[in-house]
Amino acid sequence: MSTPGPLVDVTKRRTWSDRNLIALLIGILILTPFPLIMGASQEAIAIRVIIIAILGISWNIMSGFGGMFSFGHAAYFGIGAYASAVMLVNFDISPWIGMIVGMALAALFGVLIGYLSFRYKLKGTYFALATFAFAEMLRIIVMSAPVLNAGRGYHIPLITDSSWWLMQFPSGSPNYFWLGLILLSASVLISILFIRSRAGQFLIAIREDETAASSLGIPVLRFKLLAIAVSGAVGAVAGVFYTQYYLFIDPDLAFGASRSIEAILAPVVGGVGTIWGPIVGSSVLAPLTDITAAFLRNPPGPLAFLEGRSGLDVMLFAVLIIVMILFLPKGIFGTIREKVSRK
Amino acid sequence: MSSSQVSALDADTFGSFGGSDRAPLIRRILIIIGITALVLVVAYWRTGGSGLLITQGVVTGLLVGSVYSLIALGLTLIFGVLHILNFAQGALVTMGMYATYVISSNLGWNPYLTLVVSIPLLFAFGALVQILIINRSMGEAHENQLLLTLALGLLIENTLLLVFGGNPLSVRTGTETVYNIFGAVATQSRVIAFLGAAFLALLLFIMLQRTGIGTAIRAVAANPTGAKLVGINVKRIYIITFAIGAACAGAAGTLVVPFVSIQPVAGEVFTITAFVVVVLGGLGKVVGAMFGGLIVGLSEQFGGIFFPDQSNLLGVFVVFILILFLRPQGLFANAS
Repeated sequence: MSTPGPLVDVTKRRTWSDRNLIALLIGILILTPFPLIMGASQEAIAIRVIIIAILGISWNIMSGFGGMFSFGHAAYFGIGAYASAVMLVNFDISPWIGMIVGMALAALFGVLIGYLSFRYKLKGTYFALATFAFAEMLRIIVMSAPVLNAGRGYHIPLITDSSWWLMQFPSGSPNYFWLGLILLSASVLISILFIRSRAGQFLIAIREDETAASSLGIPVLRFKLLAIAVSGAVGAVAGVFYTQYYLFIDPDLAFGASRSIEAILAPVVGGVGTIWGPIVGSSVLAPLTDITAAFLRNPPGPLAFLEGRSGLDVMLFAVLIIVMILFLPKGIFGTIREKVSRK
Repeated sequence: MSSSQVSALDADTFGSFGGSDRAPLIRRILIIIGITALVLVVAYWRTGGSGLLITQGVVTGLLVGSVYSLIALGLTLIFGVLHILNFAQGALVTMGMYATYVISSNLGWNPYLTLVVSIPLLFAFGALVQILIINRSMGEAHENQLLLTLALGLLIENTLLLVFGGNPLSVRTGTETVYNIFGAVATQSRVIAFLGAAFLALLLFIMLQRTGIGTAIRAVAANPTGAKLVGINVKRIYIITFAIGAACAGAAGTLVVPFVSIQPVAGEVFTITAFVVVVLGGLGKVVGAMFGGLIVGLSEQFGGIFFPDQSNLLGVFVVFILILFLRPQGLFANAS
């Protein structure tokens, strides 16, 4: 977090975004044929990489580029997940429309939290606590709201064939990967365009020195709220995709603290305040879960007593975070970029 | 440096009552009495005039609140001195629980006797964490330390999950005597937890006020640069403070073992309530944490009375958000 992100030189703004847009295009072209060579289990890992990456991109907009540390990103994820699930299950409305509604609601909720927090001048630790408190409130309220199925959550009704409109495909279908790729690319595109825009540049100026920015006449509150809204909307996308892939959502999965933590992990490992950091981080973290699960299914001799246990993946995440913060505070992507640009 | 010099410095950090502005204090006391009366009246109405339910709520709330106080005391001490919000506090409580479980079930000790192990163990663990991890990042962006404690919490919880599995464990205690307090019932283990936590909190408070090391801790909290200038080893104080904070959590973990199920995630709820307590009492304020714990214990119980269909935590969070926005400096701070 101490790392300044790409404080983009305004004169080079175009080339910065051009470079990133070209990288995005190349990435899409390389990844599109992937399902044809991947097995079902690899696809499941790839989908998890995508979900965690989208959530990380969302967190990164608000907390990495905007410097407003969120410890309650589960709120946006959960609002997206629940909005689409409720509309689909109760009213047969397509998750695409549910996604748009969820994005709008999440953005609105973010603006509300942000407005209240900044109105009462909450900063740093207090702001993080406020975001945490609101996410937990949502969890507790949904947990005990019979209208929202309370603790039972929602099962997405299965359909017999595959449908892009209902965002549902047979399990293992390459369509899930392509859908995820579309949503991930859209999230990256949004973050590139947002950071390139005047609003994004103002946001970074505000992060670097709020007093200076405001004395230069930048309406600080407006651009901070805008950043939270964009961040919340992207977070909702992750929630919708999660629900449509796993076909189930409940209050803990949607609004639990571990979801908020998940949103932070990928950007911290990959590089806070960088466009590609969350994706790099997610690509490192998500597969670890499967690797450790495979290890624990059949642990070697002296560790045999650990058979069937879980927890090893999160232990590794935690160690990774500690090591990253102490030794590579700019994250994997941030460090590499620095090395390259110094040459 | 004498203790009287420090107490002039730390009036704000350690929340002294009274002092120069008497009028706001009296107003604040009146407001608190008013809110209490209002809560009791609404509770009386919600329970359909059952005084017993309210008495039970007050007794249960205060009993568990004392444990919250002890955990929050550690949390607020760490915040006051190191300016770190320790997200691992709940996980440290869980560590205390498992320490008690392991000793008690393997050696057959009385669970309360394991305090002599869990307190030093967590003290040493806290010191080690501060030396190896957190001291290295002191002075950097506060998010870094926040993430470090968050990762530490995840590491502890998941190590316990890996080693002990996720199934709830429990420690066998003998038959429970049930006490009758003004008609309300209180089990022996909860009363012991209350007395134990209150005793340890008081002990810590006296230590902070009366001993040389306590004075040094308060000096660092009030002004680290000044403390360094008068020859206090600030890094060492950081280590001791984090160790004490962890020891508070460990002791609380042992005290609650007889009436909670021991799980790797058992501490999470304590992290949440401890956050509420310290925000309520004012981050970094020791006296505030002690009273805040009792208030949170009560709001949990009264939340259950007001919204019977909702989780007890809802009442706590309503209080949390109100305080966070309306009085982020805490209930017990002097007017900002």
